[in-house]
Amino acid sequence: MNGWSALDRFLRTDPRDVGCAQAMEMLHVYAELAAAGAPVEERYPGVAAHLRACGPCAEDFEGLLAAVRGEKH
Amino acid sequence: MTEHIATAAGLDADAADWPRALAGTGPQREEALAQLHELLLRIARAEVARRGPRLRLTGPELDDLAYQAAADALVAITSKLGQFRGESRFTTWAYKFVIFEVSAKIGRHFWRHPSVRLDAEGWERLPDQFGFDPAQEAEWRDLLAALRRAVDEELTARQRRVFVAIVLNNVPLDALVIELASNRNAIYKTLFDARRKLRAALAANGYICDDGWRRS
Repeated sequence: MNGWSALDRFLRTDPRDVGCAQAMEMLHVYAELAAAGAPVEERYPGVAAHLRACGPCAEDFEGLLAAVRGEKH
Repeated sequence: MTEHIATAAGLDADAADWPRALAGTGPQREEALAQLHELLLRIARAEVARRGPRLRLTGPELDDLAYQAAADALVAITSKLGQFRGESRFTTWAYKFVIFEVSAKIGRHFWRHPSVRLDAEGWERLPDQFGFDPAQEAEWRDLLAALRRAVDEELTARQRRVFVAIVLNNVPLDALVIELASNRNAIYKTLFDARRKLRAALAANGYICDDGWRRS
């Protein structure tokens, strides 16, 4: 990614973005569905938009997803 | 561990058994608490190990952080049992708390060895933060000067402070939450609004057109 695309990505906001509070509230449901292979981005587009833009929430999602997947093995 | 609960309660594992055992009394509750703590500690250790390579934390500090996260998550979970609505496995809901605790404690840890001062403004680092090639400075110099002007002229004092901390000084968002005694949602929203304003300002000044950047 070059500077132009990185700056564009930073400045671009998605109106569907639900914000951290709502994403965190739904994260256990979202992660479990994602681990099961469900189309979570279609079902929860606002959470998906948020996770694409918010590093800390995306990090939490990755951690929770790893935990859920670990449970299944 | 879930199986222990199922055996003790004689009911389906997880969704109903955990909340019932944790809300109960006596030895069954104590056993459930011990089992849940064991699970939370395992998840916390896995999470700090996953994030470890990107943190300035050593082995004992990571393990201490995992212990604290598991203990605090257990307190949070037992105090919020009534909020579990069965939309997921109980353990998935519970793991969410320990993941959040790990994040919060990592954010707090940042300020033990801070590498930046919040009042410092490293504008000279801006091109590097976004990965602009110094060899092509003639192309982006005006754009970044316009961005700086927009930060100064369009943002509120709060938005400017958050922009400088996160974008210029690389302060992790969760660490800024601690420093500003705020919460993740509020800081994110502040930065979200700042990003929207900055893009609008650059568009109004002709740096962004419908099909992308207008380069020098």
